[in-house]
Amino acid sequence: MTAMHASNHDRQTPVALVNARLIDPSTGLDRKGGLLIKDGVIADLGPGITAGHAGDAEVIDCAGRVLAPGLIDMMVFAGEPGLEHRETLATASRAAAAGGVTTIVCMPNTEPVIDDVALVDFILRRARDTALVHVHPMAAMTKGLKGEEMTEIGLLHEAGAIAFSNGKASLANSKVMRNVLAYAKDFGALVVHHLEDPTLAPEGVMNEGEVATRLGLRGAPCAAETIMLERDIRLVELTGGRYHAGQISCRASLDIVRSAKERGLPVTCAVSINHLTLNENDIGPYRTFFKMKPPLRSEEDRRAMVEGVASGDIDVIVSAHDPRGAEGKRRPFAEAADGAVGLETLLAAALRLYHNGEVELDRLLHALSAAPAALLGLDSGRLAKGAPADLVLIDLTTPWTVEPETLRSKSKNTPFDSARLEGHPLLTFVAGRLVYNYADQQQ
Amino acid sequence: MTIAADASHASFPHRHLLGIEGLSRAEIVALLDLSEEAIKLSRQIAKKRDDLRGRTLINLFFEASTRTQSSFELAGKRLGADVMNMSVGTSSVQKGETLIDTAVTLNAMRPDILVVRHYAAGAVELLSQKVDCSVINAGDGSHEHPTQALLDALTIRRHKGRIEGLIVAICGDILHSRVARSNILCLNALGARVRVVAPSTLLAAGIERLGVEVYTSMLEGLADADIVMMLRLQRERMTSSLVPSQREYFHFFGLDYDKLARAKPDALVMHPGPMNRGVEIDSNVADDARSLIREQVEMGVAVRMAVLQALARQLPNR
Repeated sequence: MTAMHASNHDRQTPVALVNARLIDPSTGLDRKGGLLIKDGVIADLGPGITAGHAGDAEVIDCAGRVLAPGLIDMMVFAGEPGLEHRETLATASRAAAAGGVTTIVCMPNTEPVIDDVALVDFILRRARDTALVHVHPMAAMTKGLKGEEMTEIGLLHEAGAIAFSNGKASLANSKVMRNVLAYAKDFGALVVHHLEDPTLAPEGVMNEGEVATRLGLRGAPCAAETIMLERDIRLVELTGGRYHAGQISCRASLDIVRSAKERGLPVTCAVSINHLTLNENDIGPYRTFFKMKPPLRSEEDRRAMVEGVASGDIDVIVSAHDPRGAEGKRRPFAEAADGAVGLETLLAAALRLYHNGEVELDRLLHALSAAPAALLGLDSGRLAKGAPADLVLIDLTTPWTVEPETLRSKSKNTPFDSARLEGHPLLTFVAGRLVYNYADQQQ
Repeated sequence: MTIAADASHASFPHRHLLGIEGLSRAEIVALLDLSEEAIKLSRQIAKKRDDLRGRTLINLFFEASTRTQSSFELAGKRLGADVMNMSVGTSSVQKGETLIDTAVTLNAMRPDILVVRHYAAGAVELLSQKVDCSVINAGDGSHEHPTQALLDALTIRRHKGRIEGLIVAICGDILHSRVARSNILCLNALGARVRVVAPSTLLAAGIERLGVEVYTSMLEGLADADIVMMLRLQRERMTSSLVPSQREYFHFFGLDYDKLARAKPDALVMHPGPMNRGVEIDSNVADDARSLIREQVEMGVAVRMAVLQALARQLPNR
């Protein structure tokens, strides 16, 4: 296969991906067939597209492997502008492409904070010029992420901010949160919120409980998350604003979201891949790569998160990709930075749940593409004629070992260091362009 | 209650004017009709009548005001009353005197009519219970500003010939506006179709129960409107996170020609003042031929004369 380097304004050679297992989680489609890419979009798909019926297209034989919509990651801390030593849009996008992720939403925790129209514009232009995948900025919902004054939500929305967030901190002031939800509703804008009551356990560095006690570390209980979530849902009830819990991590939160949904409220939630595959015991001897917010919880909570994804009550899986250098991580646990990289391992780690028989493949892919696309109002996340050719070809079974030094991310703080995973992306297409080819990496 | 057919003798059986709430349509119409005569009088060289000769009118303002206060002062003087202005914001209140104490003190001076503005909703009504004279509400907190609503109705009626059936869009800070509340009551009583247009953060809870259609988009809310009534946006709304910034507010809710184009071609623009040019209204729109903003001020004097006349008829004559 020849790697394509056509730039956006060149006409691309049509590509026919034949002999694939087509999975479209937006419709439940799962069948053998081919898919034709032309001019950046899916021109056609179905059993009729074969090597013999591909016209002038370049033919790629998928050998029965899964062809699915590219992943959409709603939570990426990209570091640009201001924190380029950790990550840039270019390096984050290379990591994304290698992970089968075709769209990333970058969080406003940058320096300066993305709270101004000019910064949204900057991100979009930098992404256009340097990134391999689609990049959408999530803008701050309060100025400087300080939780005091609402940002120009309307103008930011018009400029291309895809949603609004208070970054890694909860907006503690209920009046401001109410106003943000009410105001954002007028623009149909989605509010994505971090859940952590800042006053309940400000010194907590991991999940509260036996493990923390044995390690002599201060804990943060699940209640810090549920208090904020309950409050937010009352405010959603009051305002009707569209609300998405950025990450939940425990069973009690899942119950709260479930009941809000039963009441018909516009509430959705996500869980990080870390909270689906790891628990507090993984911290072991103070491994700081497992320090994150929300903290890794108990095995019981992890199982609840998996159940939530399987049942569809948890809508979205995110990588919560948060690059941190040695300056942040090589410290005593309590002083170390929170966060883990995750773009490149997102899909492979998620496949663990499939291989364990915990979550159906279709449901996993739904939470990784169709669901975030629907929440964010994107045209992608589906296999359909006319949809953007954002695609990933997946090898479900080949085992491999995560070697941090080979990660494309600038920072190597992966909790999957030396983990054995099964399955990985083979090809990633963004708007019809091949942006990642597993075979090229192995030479 | 019977309403005399002749407007100038229409009955207005109230001792106070505390709000539009509680006034019948006929009473409102009677006040508007009486105002028409006051306009004629005010346009003459000799503007004086003697309806209030010998009467004392006190303007008691607990909150700064230029146009309302001077408008009542002129109205009182044209009707022959002795007018005294008290700006309480700078005197007794700062010395710790309560509202009731101030009322009792003033009552001892035997005024006939008190015109009161206060920053707290309900304060004017409270004061009215403690004095022997007539009380006119010149604005109490976010509650009511009845003479503003009357002057707005008069202005509309003079230009459109009617109020019934007109679409009136009241736009802006509905949450804090006493002008909006009085206008909703008054225009509804007169049969207009009233809309309110504001970001959700500036809408008051349950406002739809006041008989208005609620919009959060100017483009939709102004569609086919006959009257576009803009409200002042106080600067402190930006710091309290109700609105992010002046530029965003102007972009989405400021009245400019693009938004005005959604209204009927003969739509008229109103504003109770004082205006923030470039915040809630484009400067050129404010000065446009379709703008009634200056005329509203003239109508203000006339309406206040009418209200004073109507109340004076109820005053004891001994």
